[in-house]
Amino acid sequence: MTAPTLEVENLRTWFDTRAGPIKAVDGVSFSVARGRVLGLVGESGCGKTVTGFSIIGLVDPPGRIAGGKIRFQGRDITDLPEPELRALRGNRIAMIFQDPMMTLNPVLRIDTQMIETVLAHASVSRAEARARARDALGMVGIPSPDERLAAYPHQFSGGMRQRVTIAIALLHRPDLIIADEPTTALDVTIQAQILAEVQKLAREHGTALIWITHDLSVVAGLADEIAVMYAGRIVETGGVDAVLDEPMHPYTSGLIGSVPSRNRRGGRLRQIPGMTPSLLNLPAGCAFRTRCPRASEACGTEPAITHPVPDRALRCFHPQLEVVA
Amino acid sequence: MTAADPVIELRGVSRRFGKTFDLAGRLARRARVAFGGTVRDEVVRAVDNVDMVVRKGEVVGLVGESGCGKSTLGRMVAGILPPSAGAVLFKGQDLTTLDAHAARAAKLKVQMIFQDPYASLNPRMKVAEIVGEAPRVHGMIPPGQFDAYVDAQLRRAGLDPAFKRRYPHQFSGGQRQRIGIARALAVQPEFLVCDEAVAALDVSIQAQILNLFMDLRAELDLTYLFISHDLGVVEHLSDRVIIMYLGRIVEEAPTEEIFAHANHPYTRALLAEIPRIDVRKRRFTAITGEIPSPLDPPPGCHFHPRCPHAMPRCREAAPVLRPVGVGHRSACHLNEAG
Repeated sequence: MTAPTLEVENLRTWFDTRAGPIKAVDGVSFSVARGRVLGLVGESGCGKTVTGFSIIGLVDPPGRIAGGKIRFQGRDITDLPEPELRALRGNRIAMIFQDPMMTLNPVLRIDTQMIETVLAHASVSRAEARARARDALGMVGIPSPDERLAAYPHQFSGGMRQRVTIAIALLHRPDLIIADEPTTALDVTIQAQILAEVQKLAREHGTALIWITHDLSVVAGLADEIAVMYAGRIVETGGVDAVLDEPMHPYTSGLIGSVPSRNRRGGRLRQIPGMTPSLLNLPAGCAFRTRCPRASEACGTEPAITHPVPDRALRCFHPQLEVVA
Repeated sequence: MTAADPVIELRGVSRRFGKTFDLAGRLARRARVAFGGTVRDEVVRAVDNVDMVVRKGEVVGLVGESGCGKSTLGRMVAGILPPSAGAVLFKGQDLTTLDAHAARAAKLKVQMIFQDPYASLNPRMKVAEIVGEAPRVHGMIPPGQFDAYVDAQLRRAGLDPAFKRRYPHQFSGGQRQRIGIARALAVQPEFLVCDEAVAALDVSIQAQILNLFMDLRAELDLTYLFISHDLGVVEHLSDRVIIMYLGRIVEEAPTEEIFAHANHPYTRALLAEIPRIDVRKRRFTAITGEIPSPLDPPPGCHFHPRCPHAMPRCREAAPVLRPVGVGHRSACHLNEAG
């Protein structure tokens, strides 16, 4: 049995501020195997993006990795010096961001940007690099890639631009792709096109994928495993069917209940009361307890990770172990 | 459907956006014509000859992808934007033919809630001013009752009146959207246009706001035009759904009908592609192609370049909306063949 593509163990990423450290990521553990898709789900400010940034080594001061281990193909990359990290980043590990206009340089043509990426990690001729760039564009379904290589980012539509950034991520056939809300800004029909490309990739090249999103419906259709984050911690992980059909953590079931299509039409949505707490001012113990219908005095201390069923992990004193329809 | 009175009726409404040229631009164009060249007018038909009725007490969902004209349509319904052609009728009266006083009273009855709770509130005004300004100007608040009036509006939108001396930046996204709702309701409207009103919110907050909309509907007998790209939200909330593509209505039907028996190929593609929480590990297969630029829409049926059933006719003539069931209209040439 080979090591999983990525293992994250007890990761802590803190941001030092005058008001004390903000624990954006506080003890997060998960792993992704070859060819598998992990959906990392949570609402704004829960730390899901910072988790992605920590893995790829893009946390800038005042942020710092305060503890934990990140292992990529069995190798510890937590404190890798910058040159070694650069050899991995964009080569074996790639990231796709939410806003393609922020990723692409607006004053450089697509071919310049793509060839630069190829040459950064492979010693090939310019012509060969160009050919690889063209193939990557073709792979993500951009029509007439030869002509499109000479275009500038503003000449593409939003969906096409996101395809270009995906093509750039694919240039070196990475073993791990971290995708941070890459389809959130796109229309439904364009989103489906992108999801189709990504699925093909995981299937055909064995790329492991971390799909960061707030949209449970996208994760339901795409992911193998799901990890639900709340206030810097993963509160529940498991197979996608298990978690979505039989959520054990009250937050997970609250999230699922909030999705309109899961509810009777016109009926009241099962909303979660209150709002996400500020990371500077988290309730002690379980951060969800102030909004939780099942909270008790025990929740004042931090719940440890338990495994009520094989392949499920949970942080809760009062899990819903009976099946909730 | 019971034939309640129409609150809003659109008759052949179009909206074009043209480019205006500065002096140099006009001279350059004139010179070009003088030397035998041609100039092209860059006109976007954001909304193209739309007929629509919203009846009292209904929630109508208006669905479409970016650039299809749904926001422009919503703005015309709300009276923020005048139509280039056609008429917007409020309770059977065209606002442009009413005298100023009656037109103002009618316009107050239609209010709008915007997508971005960060951009739609004046950051330099306190909440009490944001909510209370319009009703005070329009003389809806009895003398000396300002505070009580504002408190009542805030409470109705689920906000603590103790916060009314605060500024918008001190609130979260969901609370700001509640401020926007309180502001809209403060002038006692009968009709609300919600333009992607929950799109910017987190799922759990979105559920709270949707519940609020439904409570308000029951409490105040409101009628809604609910504009969204999120079919899940529209399915949950609406009685009737209208689908737009590139400025035209392609299909409209009662909600159950459209989700069970979608007629137009675009609607069917759209419904097939919404990710659903109950559908696991599916193969995504997308309709090919991009949404064409509204500057240069394809001739005939706007959807034909992406349509799997396109026939030669679709390139020539634009299909009209025809009844295909009870309260169900669709604009597709396929319906005429049989």
